[in-house]
Amino acid sequence: MAKDTPPRWDRKMQQRLARGEAAALGELYDRFASLVHSLAHRVLDDDTLADRVTREVFAHVWENPEEYDPKKGSMRSWVAGLTHRAAVQRLRQTETAALADGGQGTTEDMEQKVRRASVAARADYIVTSMPAPLRAALELAYFQRRDYRQTAADLGVTEDEARRRLRLGLQLLSTANEQRPAAAPPPGYGSAL
Amino acid sequence: MNADPFEPEDGPEGRDDGRGDGMRPGDGNHPRPESGGLRIPPPRTSIEDTGRPLPDPPRAPAPVPADLDHKVLKSLLGAWALAACSAEEAAAVELHLGNCGACADEALRLRDAVGLLHPEESLDLDPGLRSRVLAGCLDRRPPRIPVPDWAAPYDAETARLDALLRDFGDGEWHAPVRLKWYEGDRPVNRRTTVAGVIAHLLTVDGLVALALGLDDPLPTAARTALADPSPTARTEAYWNASRFPPTRAVRLPWREQSHTVIRTVSFAGGGASELAVPYGEFALPLRDSLLDRAFECWVHAGDIADAVDYPYEPPAPRHLHRMIDLAARMLPSALAERRRSGLATPAKELVAAGAPGRSLRLEVEGLGGGEWLIALDSPGAAPSEDHEVAHVALDGVEFCRLAAGHVPPQDAAAGQDGDREAIRDVLSAAASLSRM
Repeated sequence: MAKDTPPRWDRKMQQRLARGEAAALGELYDRFASLVHSLAHRVLDDDTLADRVTREVFAHVWENPEEYDPKKGSMRSWVAGLTHRAAVQRLRQTETAALADGGQGTTEDMEQKVRRASVAARADYIVTSMPAPLRAALELAYFQRRDYRQTAADLGVTEDEARRRLRLGLQLLSTANEQRPAAAPPPGYGSAL
Repeated sequence: MNADPFEPEDGPEGRDDGRGDGMRPGDGNHPRPESGGLRIPPPRTSIEDTGRPLPDPPRAPAPVPADLDHKVLKSLLGAWALAACSAEEAAAVELHLGNCGACADEALRLRDAVGLLHPEESLDLDPGLRSRVLAGCLDRRPPRIPVPDWAAPYDAETARLDALLRDFGDGEWHAPVRLKWYEGDRPVNRRTTVAGVIAHLLTVDGLVALALGLDDPLPTAARTALADPSPTARTEAYWNASRFPPTRAVRLPWREQSHTVIRTVSFAGGGASELAVPYGEFALPLRDSLLDRAFECWVHAGDIADAVDYPYEPPAPRHLHRMIDLAARMLPSALAERRRSGLATPAKELVAAGAPGRSLRLEVEGLGGGEWLIALDSPGAAPSEDHEVAHVALDGVEFCRLAAGHVPPQDAAAGQDGDREAIRDVLSAAASLSRM
C-alpha cells in the first residue's frame, strides 16, 4: 500500500486531522492500524501491550498532526517511527519493572533484549517498505531457497540484476542494525523508503 | 538463542536445513563480531532459528574457486550471504574476502542482515480495537467535525469488512458465493464471487452516494440502460457491464466510496439525516439508509467469510440493536405490502391512523436485543401493549439472519405464543425485508 501512497494523500490527511475531522481519523486507522499493531507486537510480543501502543500512537497523531513534516518523509514512515519509539519505551518500562520486581537477569540483559526487539521491528518495517522488486528477490532467495540464477529466471530479469537486487535488498535491511544516538530518529523510517 | 552464531568455530550449515521455519520473536539481533582481520566463515542459513548446535561444515571436496574479477565478486555478496550462488562462486567470494577489507566488511553486514529476515506473521487485528482506539482519541481531543452517530454502524461495518479483505489472495477473491434472499414467499439465490459481492455493495452503496450528490459507481452506459434503480437491477447492470467478472480491483473503489460517504455525511451533519435515499420501489431517510447499508455490509461480509471459511462476528451490540430496530420499524409496512399482494392474512380490524391496534411483541434476546411492539393491522396504527395478541422471542443474530433471507421463516428458531397467524405473517414479513 505504501508504494502507491501519493504525498498528496499525506498532506491532505494532515490537514483533515488538524481540522478535527473524525472521519479522517477513521481513515488513518484503516490505513495504518495493521502496520502500527504489527510493529508494536514485534517489539513487545504481547497483544495487550501492542493494543495499548496502538492507542497511544493514534492518540498522538490525532492530538499532534502538525508534528508531521512531509518534507522529512511519508506519513507512513512518521507513524512507524512514532510506533517504534512508543513500543521500545513500553518494553523498557515493563522490563525495568520486572527487573525491579526481582526478575531474572541484569540491566545489561534487558538492554540487549530491548535492542534486539528494536532491531527486529526496524527490519520488519524495512522489508515491508522496500521496493517490491527487491522484496520479491529476497523472498525467492531466502524463503523459497532459489539461487540467484533461478531467482533471475523467476523474475524475468538478468542474472546481474538478480545479484544487484539481492545485494541492495540486504544493504537496506542491514541499516536496521545501525546504532543510533538516542535523540535521532530511528534509522529505517527515513524518506528513502 | 544465547549461542553467538558468529563464533569463529561455527561452521556453515547445509543449505537444505532449517530455512523458513520461522524465527522466534526477538531473534535477529546478532552481536557483531569485531571487525578487522577475522576469518569470515561462509554464510550460514537459518541455523540460529533452530537453537540447535551448529554442525561441522560438510567436508565435501572443496569447490574450485571461480575466476572472477572484483566487480563481479562484489556483486555476488548479496547472493553469497543468502547462500544463493554456486559452490564455485562462493569459494571465489570467500577467497576474495581474505584480501579485500571493503568487501569483507560488507559481507559481514549483509550476512547479519540475512538473520533479520523472517516470515511475515499475519496477525488478525481485534476488530473491536478500532472503536476503542477512535473513542480514546476523540475523548482526548473532541472532533470539530464528528461522524454522526447514525453513521457509526456503517463506518464500523465497512472497516470490518475491509480488514477481512486485506489479506485475500486471488483464490479468495474468486471464491464462489451464493447470495440468498426472498422474493414474495420464494427463496431465491444468485451465484457470484467474493469480488462480485463487493461489486454489489459498491453499486448499492452508490444509491446513498447518489443521494448525497456524489458520483455513481455504475458506468454511464450501464446506468442509462437502466429503467429500474433497484439494488438488484443496479447490481446486475454492473456485473453485465464488463465481459469479465469483477476482480480484487473492486475493493479500492468500494472502500473509497464508503470513506467518501462517511466524510460527506460528517460535513452535512444532522441536517442530512432525513434526506431521502430512493431504492426504486421505496425510499429511506439517509440515517436509516446507512443503517441498512451497515446491515447489508455485515450480512455480505458473513457470506464472504463463509465462502472462504473465516470466522466473522456479529456487529457491536449497540450497532446490532439499531439494525434490529430498523427491521422492527419496517415490519408493519412490509406486512401491509404482503397483504396487498395477498401473501398475508387480511387485517382483522380497521384501525384509524394513530389509534392503538392489534400488536405482536417481538422479543429479541442476546447482546443488542430488546423488545418491540409491532402493529399488525396497519403501518399507521399505534402499537399497543393492551392489544398484544402474540409474542415471539428469538435471538438477535437469528432475527437478523431471518431478515437477511438466510433462514426460512418457518425454520427460524423462535419461541412463540399467541395468534399463530399473526406470528407467521410477521416472520414472513421479516424474511421479505431481504434483498439481493
